Amino acid sequence: MKLRANLVIGGSLFALAIVVGLLAPWLAHTDPVMDANLMNAEEPPSWTWWFGTDGQGRDIYSRVLYGARVSLTVGIVSQLINSVIGVALGLSAGYFGGWWDDIVNALTNLMLAIPSLIFALAIMAVLGPGLTSLLIALGLTNWSFTCRLARASALSLRSQGYVQAATVLGYGDARIMITQLLPNMLGPIVVIGTLGMGSAVLSEAVLSFLGLGVRPPFPSWGSMLSEAREQITTAPWLSIFPGLAIFLTVLGLNLLGDGLRDILDPQSRSRRT
Amino acid sequence: MTGRPLLEVEDLRIDLDDGSRRVAAAEGVSFRIDRGETFGLVGESGCGKSITALALIGLLRPPLSIGGGVIRFEGQEIQHLSAARQRQLRGNRIAMIFQEPMTALNPVSPVGRQIAEMFVLHRGKSWREANQLAVEALASVRVPAPERRVKDYPHQLSGGMRQRVMIAIALACGPDLLIADEPTTALDVTVQAEIIELMRNLCAERGTAILMISHDLGLVANVCRRVAVMYAGRIVEERGSADIFRAPSHPYTQGLVDSLPRLGSRAALGRSRLKEIAGVVPAITRFPDGCRFNPRCTQATDICRTTAPQADGLEAGGFVRCHHHA
Ligand SMILES: Nc1ncnc2c1ncn2[C@@H]1O[C@H](COP(=O)(O)OP(=O)(O)OP(=O)(O)O)[C@@H](O)[C@H]1O
Ligand code: SF4
Ligand SMILES: [Mg+2]
Repeated sequence: MKLRANLVIGGSLFALAIVVGLLAPWLAHTDPVMDANLMNAEEPPSWTWWFGTDGQGRDIYSRVLYGARVSLTVGIVSQLINSVIGVALGLSAGYFGGWWDDIVNALTNLMLAIPSLIFALAIMAVLGPGLTSLLIALGLTNWSFTCRLARASALSLRSQGYVQAATVLGYGDARIMITQLLPNMLGPIVVIGTLGMGSAVLSEAVLSFLGLGVRPPFPSWGSMLSEAREQITTAPWLSIFPGLAIFLTVLGLNLLGDGLRDILDPQSRSRRT
Repeated sequence: MTGRPLLEVEDLRIDLDDGSRRVAAAEGVSFRIDRGETFGLVGESGCGKSITALALIGLLRPPLSIGGGVIRFEGQEIQHLSAARQRQLRGNRIAMIFQEPMTALNPVSPVGRQIAEMFVLHRGKSWREANQLAVEALASVRVPAPERRVKDYPHQLSGGMRQRVMIAIALACGPDLLIADEPTTALDVTVQAEIIELMRNLCAERGTAILMISHDLGLVANVCRRVAVMYAGRIVEERGSADIFRAPSHPYTQGLVDSLPRLGSRAALGRSRLKEIAGVVPAITRFPDGCRFNPRCTQATDICRTTAPQADGLEAGGFVRCHHHA
């Protein structure tokens, strides 16, 4: 059994981010919001302040840990919404074809024509800033690739012998879609989903950077970057650590996506058992 | 139940809509299969065997459709049943197995689960019970160590094993009719014989009728009590298997029988070749007038080119569709 480096590294980075987010209350040195103390404002990284402190004297290390919660929640939940929408639309469109396929195609093309971040921005503008708005905005705007993939897979799987066999055996449409088509397209869908999580983490950062994300003072990596903007030359650690957190998480998710691509092939799966 | 045939097909016509017009891909197709009977449908590639089978289970899809005729299952007309009612028949009362055991199983699902699904779908069993029944079903098709095999994925099984699994799935719900469309052409000869034997025995035990479809007259006649020979969308002869071999009536059937290799016959005849029927099957859109076999028939006369022959009943049972039949 050969473990792939990208899977191991990517998985570890992603797992690290999740553990950090979950255990933030125990790992953090201070409260990310309350423990402001102007006496130790803008301290550079040291043994006391691992990642330094910000202009209000809050511990960056602790804020980065708590920030993982927002970034990962947004990344995972919004991508889950995207995957469900994309698979439901694409799978049914590819399977049924006809007018439903036309509608889904038109919708997908529309989504692809508008950059999803712009679309998300528009939704945020209507809903106002906040975590829920972020989840909705990012969850509704990034399903087009999943949809395309699910539709293409359904189209090609539809003519497979086992799908026709299922029809002959009396399976209904829903059962065919769930038991015959979905499991056979899951691999690439999961891969796209993992990569999508990475881009959702980035989008969260961008929207928070623009002041549309989670409201200060609660930390998210994006809003921390946004606040650090003016001190980028005087206190670069304010930008470096949240930036690094984003970078490592997105990198981890991308490597993980690559690694999963190989694992989720049923042929290779059982060769290993 | 006695006397009433299990399946009755009367004057079935299958239309092919090629955009501008409708042509009959099959017409005047009539036959009946009794309970527990074995019936064969033979003919060259493209003559309409598979579409006839699809019509029986309500699965013709555009551009093909049923253009006329009646299909009765246990006396009930089924050609106009709602999609939901037809689905209840499929896999449950009428099952079908295919040519391609390599592709007819879902590659990402363990075979046991695929068998179990039939019990859940048609018998309303819980997954727990269904999994138990799946092991029994796998045992009944003589798969060794079924309790371990149920966890295998299709690609871990040989072609013959997969076809056994297909048979287990098809017979899971104890159907009244099993349609086997070229069930063994993709397998090598020794496995072929085993599978056919298995299928025949299981069906005989359970009183399941078989509609066996093949281009191989020898194989079909071996398995089936009665055989219908199809040519260019029409059944040209229908007889008991033994009769068809002993005294084929239709010139096309005669050609088929002559082209069969017979045990010992080659040696006896020295270098003599197997006879082949000259010419090719006409395309659907270019069926000749009159008898469709006339361009290839050595006995064709003028009437054959103008008038389609009617089905003539034979004394020994069955019928033949030829103006000059033996
Ligand atoms: N979906 C389809 N669209 C158009 N024509 C079709 C379609 N399916 C079948 N046909 C045509 O209908 C005719 C009968 O086809 P069918 O599949 O029943 O042949 P068959 O007797 O089963 O042959 P084989 O031994 O090759 O399986 C053929 O001429 C085929 O080209
Ligand atoms: S009807 Fe004529 S052409 Fe057709 S099979 Fe008989 S003899 Fe041949
Ligand atoms: Mg066929």
